[in-house]
Amino acid sequence: MAILEVNNIEKHFGATKVLENVSFSLEEGKALAIIGSSGSGKTTLLRCLNFLERPNGGSIAVRGETLFDASVPAREHEKELRKKRLHFGMVFQAFHLFPQYTALENVTLAERLLAQEQPDFKQRRREILQEIEKHGQQLLERMGLAERMHHYPHQLSGGQQQRVAIARALALQPDILCFDEPTSALDPELTGEVLKVIRSLAKQRTTMIIVTHEMAFARDVADSVIFMDGGVIVEQGDARDVIEHPREERTRQFLARYAQG
Amino acid sequence: MFWTVTQSLLNGLATTFEIFIFTLLFSLPLGLALAFGLMSKFRPLRYLIQVLVWVIRGTPLMLQLIIIFYGPGLWLSHNIWSGNETGRITATVVAFAINYACYFSVIFRGGIEGIPVGQREAGQVLGMTRSQIFFRITLLQMVKRVVPPMSNEIITLVKDTSLARIIAAYELTFAGYSFMKSAGLTWPLFYTGVFYLIFVGILTLLFNYIERKLGYFR
Ligand SMILES: Nc1ncnc2c1ncn2[C@@H]1O[C@H](COP(=O)(O)OP(=O)(O)O)[C@@H](O)[C@H]1O
Ligand SMILES: [Mg+2]
Repeated sequence: MAILEVNNIEKHFGATKVLENVSFSLEEGKALAIIGSSGSGKTTLLRCLNFLERPNGGSIAVRGETLFDASVPAREHEKELRKKRLHFGMVFQAFHLFPQYTALENVTLAERLLAQEQPDFKQRRREILQEIEKHGQQLLERMGLAERMHHYPHQLSGGQQQRVAIARALALQPDILCFDEPTSALDPELTGEVLKVIRSLAKQRTTMIIVTHEMAFARDVADSVIFMDGGVIVEQGDARDVIEHPREERTRQFLARYAQG
Repeated sequence: MFWTVTQSLLNGLATTFEIFIFTLLFSLPLGLALAFGLMSKFRPLRYLIQVLVWVIRGTPLMLQLIIIFYGPGLWLSHNIWSGNETGRITATVVAFAINYACYFSVIFRGGIEGIPVGQREAGQVLGMTRSQIFFRITLLQMVKRVVPPMSNEIITLVKDTSLARIIAAYELTFAGYSFMKSAGLTWPLFYTGVFYLIFVGILTLLFNYIERKLGYFR
């Protein structure tokens, strides 16, 4: 069974239709790449999945559990919404690290706050916080940032900041990790280190949705790919097939622009 | 004489300081609450606070002080402020706290709105509650942004305390002025100025310290 099922998502801002009829599913342990020119609705789609935007139509289910259904006019409480959000992790184009916290604090903050809600937090406080700290350190080590744990975001390069953001998103062990153009805000020489990290996550079978303009990366790392244009999915399928042998004319034109550089 | 003047001025300074501290104590949280009102999605509340801020910032503090001190005595059958020094200081603090809260609210709103939405959204996707986002993410970034404009306002507050003289609260300026009235002395006025300068000087050092402390992040 698919871990994520997205059905007929629709989103408009006022009169502008931004997403229409967006449906796809994702298997556990697979990576999905979303490609498409700027303004095609890729960010909006990820924001809908993370409950930063509320779709006007459609439904979203994770592991068979319906998290969102536009036909059910539920106005959920913050508590339920927070729980639903935890199914997804989000890595933003512009990192959005918390500037007042060190890399390690950025990674552990949410986990520490969640731990406070555990019934036995008061008795096991020290122990729990130590575990969280250790978990955060391990994540940063995996990101190749063992030496940078106690640095503040402004003391880190863009590539390092984005890797901290990835560790932060992984800390709560989301079912599905979303990336919104994780390397677009980086200098070209820094994209490699971030892509390498995402590549290794794919090897470890992390379920991911990656919005990217790095076509070679999408082809090699993603299992499937979605090409979006004007808020609709034009073509989806096996990543290598779609990128090397696109069937739709619009996909072909889009990829040709990238091939030329 | 010098000693007598010094003692009087120290008495006045105590009152000035009292007005200053209590005004801050009440206007800082009230200003934050008003800032939330200014940013509220609930329109009636937002408009109400906007009108309040407009009225309070649009009229002289001295006028507000007079109305708050004398108004209740004229409208109600009895004065709610006791006639002694404590009553006068309390009325002053009430007027000042409302007035400064309105100025602070606009500064706080600017400080909060200047923080990129991405900060709040990053907190949301990490499953944080609204209050966790405010206290763990927004607050310190807001404080850092508002220190320079707030230091201006707070320094102005030090000198505005002298308005309390209008309702005969025995604050620093009143103390210095009384020697001119009673003995024709002008040097206590300059001496009074020195008191203010030292007060503001200490505050300036304090603000510089806070700014430096918050310089650890950007
Ligand atoms: N909050 C918003 N209000 C109005 N229009 C928006 C908003 N967010 C995005 N849009 C519009 O939706 C379209 C898709 O945007 P986006 O999802 O950011 O595209 P992409 O990420 O593919 O570049 C764009 O035309 C954009 O202007
Ligand atoms: Mg985008």
